[in-house]
Amino acid sequence: MSFTETMTVNMGPQHPSTHGVLQLILELDGEIVTKAIPHIGFLHRGTEKLSEHRTYHQVIPLTDRLDYLAPMHNNLGYVLAVEKLFGITDQIPERAKVVRVMLAELTRLKSHLVWIACHALDIGAMTVFIYAFREREHIMNMYEKISGARMTSNYFRVGGLSADLPDGFEKDVRDFIDMMPGHIDTYEGLLTGNKIWQKRIMGVGNITGEAAIDIGLTGPSLRGSGVDWDLRRDNPYSGYEDYDFKVHVDDGCDTWARYKVRLLEMREACKIIRQCLDKLKPGPILADCPKICLPPKKNVVNTIEGLIHHFKIITEGPKPEVGEIYQGVENPKGEVGFYLVSDGSPCPYRMKIRPASFVNLQALPQMVEGRLIADVVAVIGTLDIVLGEIDR
Amino acid sequence: MGVDKTLGNNVVTTSLDKLVNWSRSRSLWPLTFGLACCAIEMMATGAARFDLDRFGVIFRASPRQSDCIVIAGTVTKKMLPVIKTVYEQMPEPKYVIAMGACACSGGVFDTYSVVQGVDEALPVDVYIPGCPPRPEGLLYGILKLQEKIMKERNSFGAAIGVGERICQA
Repeated sequence: MSFTETMTVNMGPQHPSTHGVLQLILELDGEIVTKAIPHIGFLHRGTEKLSEHRTYHQVIPLTDRLDYLAPMHNNLGYVLAVEKLFGITDQIPERAKVVRVMLAELTRLKSHLVWIACHALDIGAMTVFIYAFREREHIMNMYEKISGARMTSNYFRVGGLSADLPDGFEKDVRDFIDMMPGHIDTYEGLLTGNKIWQKRIMGVGNITGEAAIDIGLTGPSLRGSGVDWDLRRDNPYSGYEDYDFKVHVDDGCDTWARYKVRLLEMREACKIIRQCLDKLKPGPILADCPKICLPPKKNVVNTIEGLIHHFKIITEGPKPEVGEIYQGVENPKGEVGFYLVSDGSPCPYRMKIRPASFVNLQALPQMVEGRLIADVVAVIGTLDIVLGEIDR
Repeated sequence: MGVDKTLGNNVVTTSLDKLVNWSRSRSLWPLTFGLACCAIEMMATGAARFDLDRFGVIFRASPRQSDCIVIAGTVTKKMLPVIKTVYEQMPEPKYVIAMGACACSGGVFDTYSVVQGVDEALPVDVYIPGCPPRPEGLLYGILKLQEKIMKERNSFGAAIGVGERICQA
């Protein structure tokens, strides 16, 4: 007669490798996880509710703090949604579009650098963390040059950008892009051929393409399961259709496949940024819609029209037509969407955020059940969750 | 035991206090405990460019081994009991750094679910403003905490069970 007893273990919310404040209730049979229940809400800040009494311009800083590893992507998704709501999507100047794509791809690099740093650190490879954060500092410096902040940039505006790129910025980006592929080689040199790394992530966290679609996985987690889907190519926004890039897919369905997809995506991001630099031409950075877009400071202090528009937009806020729209963008972690409902007032009647990490987290129980407890850490790392986005 | 039952202030005890304070302030071991955006800046401060190790600051994963907790991020009402438990698990003497606008005052998140400053529950020693603060800001905060620890009196006496530590404001 055999007698087995399962043990329930709390993992988190203060566990160092749950990427913030995720709590997992694990039911263990020895070292095998029989059941995993994620508990969320430890970082619920009420962003959606908060945006209901702010004007459309004032919501942008809140979106920075959703997925704080990729703030510019959230900004981009939100401003594209608002532009769609106001019907000014086709009036965005070419330069603003190119700069947006360039910064979005830099942000993708930044987010994936944190992913590789934390994923490797959780599994025990400390050196990669030090290297990846070193490269990340370069991108932080660029953020700082354009917006003044290292992380929460708040740089995009409804209708364009808050300011033009500073002098010498293009050279910075070009220098960075020239050296980045070499750094990616370094990470691959440290990890790909490493037997410990291979044993820890090969065949771990399996999910089939069909199951991934059923759950609603997006981003590299979906493409690691062999599903060829990328919003940048399949539903282009901000001029992504004009760039020549490849969507990398791997049908390994495990953590190893997702690792390879993300590394290839980093290389692809470098190529897109290079194309952006070649496309970048001087020109206006803000749409010519004075009743909707915040005028540049120069116009506010020098012209009476600028002053009036600024006053009206700040005190009252632009009013869109009654309606509702959805805009999704391909965040480094997956599809981030903004669903805005307007009742004709200057504030959104409802803003629903479709977070990538929240949906991706649903796959976790399926990926860890029946596996060893040590694999849970690898799976959390490979899903690349950010709690700010999960809990909002 | 009260403040009056200390070892007193003479050249031996104050020198010993200084030694204890020096060793405590130069080996602050914070807990690896991130809440939100600020935690990423805390990690960046610990990484290669800013390198917290040169100040003797080494992150520990267990509250039992750490003597400083950096509240790096938004504290929600759901998270507050957890933070209190973690804080209570830390051995004395222990220090609290509130990093960022959310931990100091709630920041932009003046909502139903956010605690408006972690000082509602924990005795905060150093407040670092910013959203998120720059790594230099965190470094400055840690240096300020070291200064504060250096000003403590009767720390040797408290360590051997005579009186309590006297912290100057």
